Parts: sequence; structure tokens; C-alpha cells
Amino acid sequence: MFSEFLQYLFTGITIGATYALIALGFTLIYNASHVINFAQGEFLMIGGMATVSLMSMGVPMLLAIVLAVVLAGVMGIALQRLAIAPAKDANVVTLIIITIGASIFIRGLAQLVWGKEFHVMPNFSSDEPIQIFGAVLNSQSLWVLGVGAVLVAILVYFFTRTMTGKAILATSMNKDAARLVGIRTQMVLMLAFMVSALLGSIAGIVVAPITFTSYDIGIILGLKGFVAAAIGGLGSGVGAVVGGLALGVVEAMTAGYLSSDYKDAVAFSMILLVLFFMPRGLFGAKVVERV
Amino acid sequence: MIEKFSQFRLKGLVVLAIVIFALPLLISNPFHYSLATQIALIAGAVVGLNLLVGFAGQISLGHAGFFGLGAYFNAIMTSHYGWSAIPALIVGATCVGLIAWAVGRPILRLKGHYLSMATLAVGFIIYIILNNERQITGGPDGMPVPAFDVFGWELSAFGQYSLFGIDISGDLAWYLFAGVVLLAVVWLAQNLVDSPIGRALRSVHGSEVAASVVGVNTAKYKSLVFVVSAVFASVMGALYGHFQGFITPAIASFEFSILLITMIVLGGMGSTIGVIIGAVVLELLPQVLADFQEFEMVLFGLILMLTMIFMPKGLLPTAANFLAKRRSKSAGGDA
Repeated sequence: MFSEFLQYLFTGITIGATYALIALGFTLIYNASHVINFAQGEFLMIGGMATVSLMSMGVPMLLAIVLAVVLAGVMGIALQRLAIAPAKDANVVTLIIITIGASIFIRGLAQLVWGKEFHVMPNFSSDEPIQIFGAVLNSQSLWVLGVGAVLVAILVYFFTRTMTGKAILATSMNKDAARLVGIRTQMVLMLAFMVSALLGSIAGIVVAPITFTSYDIGIILGLKGFVAAAIGGLGSGVGAVVGGLALGVVEAMTAGYLSSDYKDAVAFSMILLVLFFMPRGLFGAKVVERV
Repeated sequence: MIEKFSQFRLKGLVVLAIVIFALPLLISNPFHYSLATQIALIAGAVVGLNLLVGFAGQISLGHAGFFGLGAYFNAIMTSHYGWSAIPALIVGATCVGLIAWAVGRPILRLKGHYLSMATLAVGFIIYIILNNERQITGGPDGMPVPAFDVFGWELSAFGQYSLFGIDISGDLAWYLFAGVVLLAVVWLAQNLVDSPIGRALRSVHGSEVAASVVGVNTAKYKSLVFVVSAVFASVMGALYGHFQGFITPAIASFEFSILLITMIVLGGMGSTIGVIIGAVVLELLPQVLADFQEFEMVLFGLILMLTMIFMPKGLLPTAANFLAKRRSKSAGGDA
């Protein structure tokens, strides 16, 4: 009974940590530019797929991972420079459609290069599962949680202790004022897309041994990340982490105790419920709109 | 004469009618008729959604859910319960309208991305239910839909009919029917836009706060237009199901919702004729790109991105702007 619960909890926290990383990526870009990047999920896909294909060419795992993350970072910069920056006067819906176009484009490229099959990535360390109170924990789950925690710590340090991080925060608060004090806001936007791509690709790589990977996994993972970010409150880093973990745990519990067919429906009902009572999510900023 | 026509309020409707009725002179192949019929029916739903997105400025990323609900209601009622198509369509549209009203009230308080998120969630929940209730909907495999019938008279793409003494094939009959429905939808939408309700909606789009300050009941109008656009989607969905003869939950999917909203943004938000052009372009594009086989997806994404980057206002407004500029130049104006 308890072991069953613990099992679902492990599954939920693992997948929830992935959602949290995707949601953090959303949050970063949203804060810097108020764009919802529907191509966020594609960075995960690129991370996982590039690592797998490099490894199949004989590149050692660690190097393959580094190269895949760099590739995703370059794509993040390209996305901002080539697609978002030229359309800076476009309205919100147009920007959404541009990121959707970009995600279809990236997915199409991935399908050309890597085909439509599922790819399997080996676990980082042993395949031996760990037994805890009768529940089974995949060793890769520890990697997901550990890497997630380290990334969050780095982000906190980056935003509170470094000049660059503070510049991003300043731009998100008031773009014109940031420019006045000498922050190069275009540079900051590029940086936000790059960091967000790095986060996404690392999440995609650590979770790939558990979920497998294919050219189209980005759609649903990206959507879940968006749900997590909205539950937590768009623009809130704490919200993204809490929203992601909550979403993962609720999903796993629904799949375990109710019905796996309806686990996604519960996730989407959860977002409606949260938004009904808290229209800006759990930790969303109370913004006073100037008219 | 041309000056007078360009001031005529419903000129778009006249142009559209000419295009719709002239098209059979150009095409005769059943496949082309079938494609044109599909486009007309989807365009009807898009015109309805444009009332919400283009005029009231509220984003819905879940409208395919209402389209799918309409289609499945008719499919289930006519095949399992022996209902006639028209009563099923009316009852279905009423139910969808009620659902939209019930979810719309709390949802439409939300703003910007939160509204997109909530509508996306509603659409997804509808999709998941259609996908999972296998006994009723056939699940992911889909279900057949009986032919569309009016007073015991069946409209089927495979039939033969005679209209005013002229023999016409079933494909052509369906096409003409869909064309007339689209004209009716555009006429309704245009009248709604030009009514006091339409002005109230545009004021909500401009600034919701300002609108409420001058006494516009913004909540009422927003939920009204949400319901109207959902009802349009439901009716067009029901007809689409009857025309196709077979439906799967894909017509209620997130991808289809995105396609609908993309048609609006690509064609030109807030322009009824523009969004129809958007529907035509996005339905024809895959047909053209199919020749490129594995490059189809890359090219589709690229074209979508480039069009939106260089024409952020959409195809029709950009073209109109371009023509107006050229005219003022050739007239020697200093504008």
C-alpha cells in the first residue's frame, strides 16, 4: 500500500522535475521578452536526439552531451536573432504563431536528419534499480533530480549574484529603464533564449533514458511545461518549480489510482481550477496595469 | 461605379459569392470539389472564431474542441439514436453554446496568456474525452457519420441530383451547399460586427478598461462572443462530419485549434475575407508541399515563420496596404 504510493511519488517527482526545468525555460523567456515560446519543447528533443545520434557515431557520452547542449544553445540564439528580433513590432498572437512556425520547422529538420523512429539512450550510471521501502527507483531518476537541483541552484546564483543575471531581471522589469542605465537589451534577450535552450536541452538529455526520445516528443513536453509555468504563475521562478513538481505528482497519482487514460485530462483540469481561483497562478506577480 | 462599390458595406460578401459560384467553371475534378468543400466548412468556423480573436481581441487555443463536439454530437445522434441531421445540429449547437457559456464566464476574466492557457485546457479536456470514451465515440479509431439528410432527402457526395432541371453530381451539390452556408456565416458575422454589439466588442479590443469606464458591460459581451464563436464552430463541425462521412478525435485536437488560429493570424486578424484567405492558403499549402515529401514539414514551418515575420498584420491587410500605397504614389499624393 505504502510502497505503491511511494512508487507513484517517485515517478511523479522525476517527471515533475523535468516539467519544472521546461517551465523555468518558459519563465526566463517570458520575463525577458513577454513571449510564450511554443518551441521550448523542441530544445528538449534536440538535446536528447543529438546526444543519442552522436553516441551512435562513437562519441563518448560526456562529450556527446556537451556537444548536444551547445547545439541547442546555438539554436536558441538563432531563434531569437532570426525569428523573434526581426518581428519586434508584432503583437502577442503573431509572436506565438512565429514560435509555432519555428517549432514545426525544427521538428521537420529533426525528422529529416534522424527519421521518425524512437531512439533509446542508456542510463547514465547502473541499470540496477534501487529498492526503497518496497518501491523501485530507477537510478536515472536520481540523475534527473540531482541535475535539476544543481541547475536551479546555478540559476538562483546567476540571477542574484552576477551582473548579467541582474541585467536580465532589470530588462524584464522595465525594458526602457534598463536601456537607459546602459543595459544592452537585445543582448539580454539573446542570452535569455540561449539559457532557456540550455536548460531545455539538459532536461531533455537527463530524461531521455527514462522516456525514450523521438523527433516529436517536444510537442507534449513543451505543453506540459507551459501548463506547469501557468500553474505556478508566469514569470515566477519558484512558481515554475512548484508548478512542475505538482503537475508531475498529480499526473502520476491519477495514472496510478484512477486511470492512465485520463492523467492528461486531470493535468488540464488542474490548471483550470487554479486559474479559476487565482487568475495569475500560484506565485504570479500582482501587476498593476497602467491604462 | 467602382467608388460606390468600394463604399458598399457588404462588398466582401459580393466578391466572395462571385468567387464561390464561379469556381465550378474552373474545376470539375471530384477531388478538387471535395477540397473546396472542406475549405468552405473550415473557413466558416474560422470566421466565427475571428469574431472572438480578431474583433474582441480574446485568444482561444481550444476552439477545435467545440468543432469536434459539434461533429461528434451529430455523428452519435444520427447513427446511434436515429435522429435527423438538422434537429441534431440545432440541439448540438445549443449544448455547445451552453458549455461555452458555462466555461466562458470564469475563463474570460483571465487575460493574455492565462486565457490562452485556459482555452487550451478546455480544448484538451474535450479531446481527451472524445479519445477515451470508446463505446460512444469509437476512440482514436474514429466513427462513421451518416449522410446529411433534410426532410428525408439525403445529401451525399456520391449521389446524383437535379437542381432547377440541371443534373449535378453529389460533389458539386455538397460544394454549393457548403458555399451557401459560408456566405450565410459571413453575412451573419458582418452584421454582428456592424451592430452595436460589434462596436462594443471592438472597444473591448482597444482597451477593456476604457470600455468598461464608458459603460460597456465587457464581461457580458466577451462571453456573448465566446458563445457565438463556439456555436459557429459546432455547426461547421457537424456539417464537416457529415461531409467527410468519418471523423476521428483529430478534429478536436490541439493541433487543429492551432491551425484555426493560424489561419486567422496569417490571413489578417479582424478581416472576415482575410481569414477566409488564411483558411484557403493553409488548407492548400500541404497539398502543394506534398510533392516535396520529407521536406513538407520543414517548408511548412519555414513559410509560416517567414510570412509572419515579414507580414505581421497578415496577408490581406498587408496586400491592401501595399495597393493603397501604390495608388497614392501613382496619383501623385504626398502621403
